[in-house]
This record gives sequence, structure tokens and C-alpha cells, in this order.
Amino acid sequence: MTSFDLARRSVRELNAALHGRAGDQGGTWQIRNPAGKHSIAVGLDAPLNLSIEGHVGYYCAGMNMRAEITVHGNAGVGVAENMMSGSVRVTGNASQSAGATGHGGLLVIEGDAAGRCGISMKGIDIVVKGSIGPMSAFMGQAGNLVVLRDAGENLGDSLYEARLFVRGPVRSLGTDCVPKPLGATELQILDSLLRSAALRDAASPEEFKLYGSARSLYHFHVDHAGAY
Amino acid sequence: MCGIVGLFLKQRDLRPQLGALTAKMLAVMNDRGPDSAGFAVYGEEVAGHCKITVRLAGDLDTATLAERLRAAGTHVSQATAHGTHAVLEVRAADVERARAWLAETGVARFVSVGRRMELYKEVGPPQQVAARFDLPAMAGTHAIGHTRMATESRVTTAGAHPFSTGTDQCLVHNGSLSNHNAVRRSLRHEGLTFETENDSEVAAGFLSWRMREGDSLKEALQNSLAALDGFYTFVVGTEGGFAVLRDPISCKPAVMAETDRYVAFGSEYRALAVLPGIETARVFEPEPATVYVWEQKQ
Repeated sequence: MTSFDLARRSVRELNAALHGRAGDQGGTWQIRNPAGKHSIAVGLDAPLNLSIEGHVGYYCAGMNMRAEITVHGNAGVGVAENMMSGSVRVTGNASQSAGATGHGGLLVIEGDAAGRCGISMKGIDIVVKGSIGPMSAFMGQAGNLVVLRDAGENLGDSLYEARLFVRGPVRSLGTDCVPKPLGATELQILDSLLRSAALRDAASPEEFKLYGSARSLYHFHVDHAGAY
Repeated sequence: MCGIVGLFLKQRDLRPQLGALTAKMLAVMNDRGPDSAGFAVYGEEVAGHCKITVRLAGDLDTATLAERLRAAGTHVSQATAHGTHAVLEVRAADVERARAWLAETGVARFVSVGRRMELYKEVGPPQQVAARFDLPAMAGTHAIGHTRMATESRVTTAGAHPFSTGTDQCLVHNGSLSNHNAVRRSLRHEGLTFETENDSEVAAGFLSWRMREGDSLKEALQNSLAALDGFYTFVVGTEGGFAVLRDPISCKPAVMAETDRYVAFGSEYRALAVLPGIETARVFEPEPATVYVWEQKQ
């Protein structure tokens, strides 16, 4: 295991090391004293296993490919933004825009996620054990967002095609986001996601409601002008 | 960017540590705005008196300033030097006389007045500003701090936050307002005066005006949602109150923590991580366009 102390060396040195030959070999890294610093472990593209021991700032694990990253603490704005593959787990809360624009991989947040969780998601799977804030999954295009508790205002506004599974109350749905029937295929997808997130014991697929796009904003229609 | 911190104590036990905790939180926010910093602290009141905080000009010392004020007929019971600032305890009835004298002579610049509030701000990184005024030694019920990355007006001491436009009232702001010139004009028409061209001072002035017209702190902030256009996270202090408001898009970051002992605000969680009992606090991000107010129990 490689240990890296951010109290003694910079984030830039850490990221350079993870991007370099040492990173290519994979292996397990322990990152100590993150102290809320921004841009920790961004742009990884190797089968690395990272354990970050504390709170992280903005954009942690952004653009991740293949690496498995656990943050033992809270995460700031944009954790795992634009993730391509691999997995990111936050044991605490995540701030705004968690998993924004993500194309793939799995993001698990054991606490709450704030507003704009999964904004413009493009294939990422996001599982939140707590609640999510307002404007989540805005313009989501693909992927799955699973929320074990509540969702804030304007969930799924202007949604294209992501699946939004919410177990608790939804404060309000955004424009063009509607409840959808939870069929056998969706239940299977949800079951598999809960298992991947190691949260199958915390919830059963039948307890969720599914929300998705009504697809009425796909093409401009003058009658909808007020909804844009 | 800009960084905001705020701490509102619900119980007495932490009051002696208010300044020390605020200084720690503010130092963590250095990266968000190292060009200037400031803070307001709500301490003990002295019956029948108000605290006027001034920024000294030239090489005038605090004792001489107090003597000259007394000679001009103002009852000054105590004058305390804090770095470039001084706090003058003035008989409540003499506040207007003292302010007029300060404006006329220009020997010191008026910063704020309050029964309990003292307000300090200076150019420089937050650690340096906090140390210069000895913030860690200050006690009180609540405090609000700000560290500025100027985007909209000049880096000057007067342009640093907090802004105070009313007795015991202060506001800090992260963001930018787009209609501040128009609002400033209408507030001037209502008799308010402004020290700077800064947008945040207009937000402070708007709240002072609303409260002068009878609004509660909560109502004033609710009215600001319609009147002020732009991006903002505001943290506002009054003699006994502490409030937070984010714009409807909630562009600017905000995270809060609440325990039985305190309510705390930070632009980022790491500012809150220095607080006692944070591990078990209720941590949440304030909802957009929602006014949060806490009041001290008398």
C-alpha cells in the first residue's frame, strides 16, 4: 500500500503520482490529511484503489476512469463529476452537483447529497442513502439515480432519459418529469444497483417510485414555450 | 469566490470561545478570498451605551481620539484600541452627535454602531486580519466573518465585508448583484446613505430600510428576494438574530451545521470541521430562496 500525506505534499504532486507510472500499476493508496482540499484524485485512469481519510473539497474524483475511490468524510461540490467508469463512495454527505455529467461508473453517497445531484447525468449510476436537494437530475440524459430517502424541489426538470428511483417523498417534480410504472425490468435494475452499492439490506426495490421523462420537451412546440 | 463563516451560540458555555472558533473557521476559508477580510462580533452590552467602531486615520491614537470627542461634548465611557480600529463606548443619546463629529473632522472613519456589535475589517488575508484585531480573544453570542475575493469593486478596507448600514446590523455576501445601482438610487431616495459603490452594501441597506419600515429580519429577507437580482448567499446579523438566505438558483455554496449548542455557517464544510461536536451535528445545505433565521433567547 502506498501512503500519501497531503499535509506534507501538494494535491498536484498526488495527482501527478496517480497519473504516472506508479499509478498505472494500480494498487492501493491511502491519502491522509485531505483537509477539504480541492481536486483530489481527479482524472485517474488506472485500476487503483484509493482510500481518502477525511473531508475533501471540490471536484474530488472528477473524470474518474477505472479507479475505486472511497472518501471517508464529506465531499464538496462536484464529487465524481464527469465520471466515466469505476466507483466513488462517500461515507458522509456530498455538496452540490454530485456526479454531474457523469457518463458511467457508480457513485454511492452514504449521507445526503445537496442540490443538483446528477445534473446532466449521461449514464452514471448514483445511489444516495440519504436525501437529495433541489434541482437534482436536471437535464439528465441517461443512467440511474437511486435515492433511499427524499428528493427536493424540481426533481428531473427537463429530463431526457435517466431513471430516477426515489423511496421517500418528492417535494416537487420539474417540468416534463413524471411518475412511471415500476415494471419487472426496472425492479431488476434497481435490485442490482442496491446490491452494487452494498445497500440492499437498507431498502427493497418495491419500496421505490420511478420517475422519468414525459418526452414532451424533445421537440420545440410553441404551446410549451412557457415551459422552457 | 469569497468565503463566509458564521457562528451563532445557543448556550452560554461556548461564549468565551466565540472569537477563537470564528478565527479558526475564517482561516480555513483563506483560499476562497485572500484579498481582504472582516468580522462582526456580538458581545456584552453596556447599559445606556452604544459601541461605535471606527477606523483610525493617520497617526491619531485611540486615547487622543476619545479626548477630542469628549472635548466636543460626547460622553465616552471607554475607548479600546484594536489594531487599526477603535471601539468607543458612547452614551446612547450621544451617538448621532459623535457620528456627525467624526464625519465633520474626518479624524477617524465610522465603521459601525451597535449596542452589542463590534465590526472590524482590513485588507489582507484572514489569518492576518484576525490576528491584527485579536479576534481569538473576543467573546460573545454570535459572530459573522467574511474573506473577500473582489470581483465587482476595488480592494479597499471600506469595500471589505461585513457591511453595516444600521445599528447592530451587518451583512456579508458571496456573489454579485446585477441591479444594485437602481436599488441604491431608490434607497438614497428613502434617506439611506452609502459609503461605497459596492453591491453588497446595497443589500445591507435594503434590509436596514425594510427593518426601519417595520419588517422583522425574516420579512426583510423575504422582501429582498423580489427586490435584489443576482447571485447571493447572505449571512446577516442583528442584535439577537442570525439569518441566512440563498438566491433561487443557489449558485453560491453554503453549508450549515446545527447542534444543541450552536448553529454554524460555512462556504465549505471544511470551515465547520474545526467546531466541537461537528461529528454529530445536523449538517445540511440551505434550500434556495428560503429564509433561515435564528434568534437569541432573552
